[in-house]
Amino acid sequence: MSTIVLPAEIKKASQNGHAAHAHHELSFVRKYLFSTDHKMIAKQFLLFSMFFLLVGGMLALIVRLQLGWPDHQSGFFQFFAKIWSSIFGKEVFAFNKETGMYGMLDNFYNSAFTMHATFMIFFAVMPFLMGTFANFLIPLSIGAGDMAFPKLNMASFWMAVLAGLLMLTAFFVKGGAAAGGWTSYPTLSAVPDYSGVIWGQNLWLISLLCSGISSLLGAINYITTVVNMRCPGMSWFRLPLVIWAIFITAVLLLLAVPVLASALILLLFDRTIGTSFFIPTGLLSAGSPLTGHVGGGQVLLWQHLFWFFGHPEVYIMILPAMGLASELLSNFSRKPIFGYKAMVLAIAGIAVLGFFVWGHHMFQSGMNPLLGTTFMISTMVIAVPSAIKTFNWLGTVWGGNVTFATPMLFGLGFVSMFVIGGLSGIFMASTPVDIFIHDTYFIVGHIHYVLFGGSVFAIFGGLYFWFPKMFGRMMNEKLGKIHFWIAFLSFNGVFFPMHILGIGGMMRRIYDYTQYPHLVRFQGMNEFMSVCAYILGFSTLLFIFNFFWSMFKGKKAETNPWHSNTLEWTLANPIGHGNFPEMPHVFRGPYEYSAPDCPEGMDYYPQNMPPPGWGEAK
Amino acid sequence: MSENNSSSKRFHILLTIAVTAAIAVGLYFYSTVAMNPHVSKSPTVSRYEHFWLPGSNSTYAPEIDSMFNIIMWITMVVFVLVEVGLVYFLWRYRHKPGRKALYTHGNNKLEIAWTIVPAVILVFLAIFSNSLWSEIRDPAKFPKNAPVIRIAPRQFEWDITYPGPDGKFDTPDDVGTINQLYLAVNEPVQIRLNAQDVIHSFFVPEFRIKQDAVPGMQTAVWVTPTKMGDFNIACAELCGAQHYRMMGYVHIVSHDSLASWLKSQAPAPAPAAAPDTTKAK
Repeated sequence: MSTIVLPAEIKKASQNGHAAHAHHELSFVRKYLFSTDHKMIAKQFLLFSMFFLLVGGMLALIVRLQLGWPDHQSGFFQFFAKIWSSIFGKEVFAFNKETGMYGMLDNFYNSAFTMHATFMIFFAVMPFLMGTFANFLIPLSIGAGDMAFPKLNMASFWMAVLAGLLMLTAFFVKGGAAAGGWTSYPTLSAVPDYSGVIWGQNLWLISLLCSGISSLLGAINYITTVVNMRCPGMSWFRLPLVIWAIFITAVLLLLAVPVLASALILLLFDRTIGTSFFIPTGLLSAGSPLTGHVGGGQVLLWQHLFWFFGHPEVYIMILPAMGLASELLSNFSRKPIFGYKAMVLAIAGIAVLGFFVWGHHMFQSGMNPLLGTTFMISTMVIAVPSAIKTFNWLGTVWGGNVTFATPMLFGLGFVSMFVIGGLSGIFMASTPVDIFIHDTYFIVGHIHYVLFGGSVFAIFGGLYFWFPKMFGRMMNEKLGKIHFWIAFLSFNGVFFPMHILGIGGMMRRIYDYTQYPHLVRFQGMNEFMSVCAYILGFSTLLFIFNFFWSMFKGKKAETNPWHSNTLEWTLANPIGHGNFPEMPHVFRGPYEYSAPDCPEGMDYYPQNMPPPGWGEAK
Repeated sequence: MSENNSSSKRFHILLTIAVTAAIAVGLYFYSTVAMNPHVSKSPTVSRYEHFWLPGSNSTYAPEIDSMFNIIMWITMVVFVLVEVGLVYFLWRYRHKPGRKALYTHGNNKLEIAWTIVPAVILVFLAIFSNSLWSEIRDPAKFPKNAPVIRIAPRQFEWDITYPGPDGKFDTPDDVGTINQLYLAVNEPVQIRLNAQDVIHSFFVPEFRIKQDAVPGMQTAVWVTPTKMGDFNIACAELCGAQHYRMMGYVHIVSHDSLASWLKSQAPAPAPAAAPDTTKAK
């Protein structure tokens, strides 16, 4: 089990990190703003993501307001609209003097769901996973003093801030924020005349370019750090699964983001300097030929480029979450992860296959139907590694000694919701069924089961779990459990009926579905979903309150409150600059829970605890 | 971690009661709100009282529905097995003083089993799906000699053209309508789509067909309606501010009715302004 590492190797490795850094005081700006310490950058990303989670959530509630009460007659709608308009101005709701009532502007509705998705994907879930957890966990779990490139790390965060500010600015420019969906298909997104959005779309493109640069800087850093800075004894197959997941995700980012960047630049050129990469010849605008564009472009080119990035992107947002959930399940079952190597292989398999399935977003796009067959097969195949992971999670819980602390509840919430998201994906993978459910609410239900029930639940679980290591205090358990149950129930209340809406034929991105006779029957169901959405929003506020309250008033945390094996839990709070006072030495894998050779009185065996008799051997 | 005192036990009992109450309230709310009678906005076409697939009205719609049902049953079984298994394990292996977790790193035979079984099921689904997919989508399998209709959607209407008596497009006898598509029951027809401005998507829920209409390229679908009646054409691809209002109608009529309708729509010798009498308000 334990390999003996020669002292010479230890010495060599310790020159890598700056483990023996002397303690020195930093100015406020260097410590809290332009910090190069990965732990501080992780916390910066944490606040950043939380802020945008709230912004994105607010937009979701506006979307749900419209969907729940599309006739605007409800008192709740009027109340919300009145309050909102008096605080934020008149961009969202229009006041009709004749009826004395507020109504929502249809173009703002389009902006709202576009920006909701954009904020949630690029400014909440991604920076939570690949900003906060990647930064916090990589050096601490592999026994490194910091990231390989601390300044690059700082640049990555501030680039993300720039991107976020640009994206927020879009709400205040003439024509409003981008309104072409988060996928921004041309020609709607390429020709301002078609959407009425002028600078909003340009800012969207520029902001995502900045966000892409931020992701690339992060990815380079994570890959380099994991490859080069693992402490002695930390072999590849002793890495915690979350590090594996983040590492592979970083590779995905490195390969996928440049493709998005090229697409963004081409679309920006089409909008600003008169190129026609995505604009074909012979278009009409309001009955007369469209001027100002030479034409000759290909509309589907964007979709290929976008989804070549976009599908790996989906896995970028779920793989690290799977890693987080694996840590939680193993720890709270007090049991090694079931099939560690199969889990690693499954992550790698998903990552590789993830580059061969983008066409399943385009089955109805006019793409050659033969290609549809190819992408259906690859999509069916990619479901296999996800199934393997799910069964391994069940195997991990089986035979365990399970306690239900808040992080575990969210970890279990992740598994049970991810199952629904994964299974609903099979409907879309089947090309003929997709003909019907494509672009319906079935898809919206599916992505939210994967991204909210999956990724965001895992993120919540991870935050409850690592909060004591980040801030030296415990989050409140009772509030945490209440948060979980409200979130879990209301989440299902919002998103499960979406499948039914989709099966009933309700299109997504529809401002007023009651225009369609076959959808009028769904008004009541939508109202129910909207009420659940507001409850879900409230539960998130509970979490935010718990988070900040616990940061200052929470119970002081022990060094290793969850009796975990990984290296970060061996460090006393607060962790100093340079992390490890001495270079740690790893003797075993991260999941040695309830092992027969555990030390007396412990059901865990920390990775760096020397086996009995070690050191005497020489 | 282990605070098994009475206050935490009381908290858990209260939490259980609260969660149960929340589910009960939710169900009650759901049953009253979701089922309330709806005010009719447009009384004309297909309306349903149930919350499931809309009525089916094409030769391949029942096949798509049965594919859907096959997947529904398979995923339902997997869903129930996994979730029940999960909950059972959590209950069976919940923490008890003195319990020791099983120390195992996995089982390769199990790994192989739960790799192969899903793979076989999925490949089976892919093969079944593909024969239906090519039946619907493969241009070589489109019904031979089916009449062709052109639809050129634009923001925010469906611009429909019939070739007229000569069977050729772009001739003076072409019949054009806006938002009103007339098809003969039990007769295959090919619809060629080409958007004029942005991407739209031709979606008739009852046909179970959806196809993007793309600017700068032509896409095509075929359909054989099986029932007479009036249905909606929906735009399924976000196409601008009033995307939600881009609704058309498809009227499935008898062969003879279609012929007489086409005759009534035939352009006058001076093709300038033939008012579209059937246009929706």
